[in-house]
Amino acid sequence: MILAVVAALAFQTTLARFVVRGAAAIDLVLVVVVYVALTFGPTTGLLTGTFAGLVQDALSTGVIGIGGLAKTVVGFLAGIVGTQFIVANSVPRFVVFFGATALHAAVFMGLYALLDLRHFGTPYAAVAGQATANAVVGVVAFRLVELLPGAVERRRADRSRLRR
Amino acid sequence: MALLDIRQRSGYLFLAVALGHILLISAQVNSRTGVPVLERVTSGVFGELQRALSGSFSGVRNAWSGYIGLRHVKVENDQLKRQLAASEVALQEQRALADRTRGLEKLLEMREHLPLKTTAAEIIGAAATPDFRTVTLDKGTHDGLRADMAIISPAGVVGRLVVPSFRSAQVQLLVDRNAAAGAIVERSRAQGVVVGGGDEKLSMEYVSEISDVVVGDIIVTSGIDGIYPKGFVIGRVEQVEKNGTAYKRIVVKPSVDFSALEQVLVVTTPTPAKEGAVAGVSE
Repeated sequence: MILAVVAALAFQTTLARFVVRGAAAIDLVLVVVVYVALTFGPTTGLLTGTFAGLVQDALSTGVIGIGGLAKTVVGFLAGIVGTQFIVANSVPRFVVFFGATALHAAVFMGLYALLDLRHFGTPYAAVAGQATANAVVGVVAFRLVELLPGAVERRRADRSRLRR
Repeated sequence: MALLDIRQRSGYLFLAVALGHILLISAQVNSRTGVPVLERVTSGVFGELQRALSGSFSGVRNAWSGYIGLRHVKVENDQLKRQLAASEVALQEQRALADRTRGLEKLLEMREHLPLKTTAAEIIGAAATPDFRTVTLDKGTHDGLRADMAIISPAGVVGRLVVPSFRSAQVQLLVDRNAAAGAIVERSRAQGVVVGGGDEKLSMEYVSEISDVVVGDIIVTSGIDGIYPKGFVIGRVEQVEKNGTAYKRIVVKPSVDFSALEQVLVVTTPTPAKEGAVAGVSE
């Protein structure tokens, strides 16, 4: 989990800005938190969310704890959703990633606005864009992780079948 | 049963972690009075406790001061007279100090401007979260960088240094939601404050409704914020609208392409406003 979060952070802060213009809108760390929560349940989800959020806060110029709390809530609730509903297909996963990003934005921006530290105006379009991007990345990540372990074996099996 | 136990445990863990976060946030956040929220809440709770205890003992204390304590009134009166005399002397001293400060302020205004010293730095990282518009530089306190130094590029103003570490530093870009800079319209000299909006546009606020601002005007730093040196380009006016009765709403397109920044210059010379503030503090 820690490695996944660190890798996502590294990608977010370094490689992403070289790969795609505007990639900064995607929160890869949040994608990892939701992925972990859906895969391993609420406890792991909330702990991953706490760790990831606090590290992001520490690397940002904001208040340490606000991102941590937002990702903790998202990790916990995504984990609950993962245990209560079947989220094995792309569509439900898309919905969970989309909802998780919206919830994260609501908690994060809500806390900043409540404490009168930052004002976000009307961020609906930006949040919707980020939620869609995160959901697409999340669904693709799920598919890749599901496909990769058996990919080599399947390729070998196909080749041997062709030889016969 | 076991599943229920696990759910309950994760629920308790969630509550504990959430409470921990709230305490952590409260410890850092200042209330409107400038006091941290945690301190304010703790102080408020203990204040109520103290009030209750104080109320219990107030009757006894009043009886003591009203009857037995009356004997000490003359002694107390003499003591207060001495204190008043000492306060009058201190007041005279403060007046003299204020006069001296005003004289020094005039001297500072007359001092001539020095040329800017800059240090080149490379951008090695972007923000860890998309909600903040920051970048990381490859230089830090080891290279003489300090907080609140202005960051510029050949195209214009980039931002300010917010978190300097030993060998790296975080820069808040001018487009961050919390960023602001004192600004003037180059042509008409109309003053205002340029603030970031979190996207690729800036807005110039507190510009009087009667000010002369048109689309295409160049906005430059005014230098009054004590961070950015005067006269550096911020951007160009893209849109001017009425905003209420007193101010105009001005959208500014930054002169710097923040998504393509690779190298920047850190201004190491303190601005006149900051030098004045530092001198005031050191005195």
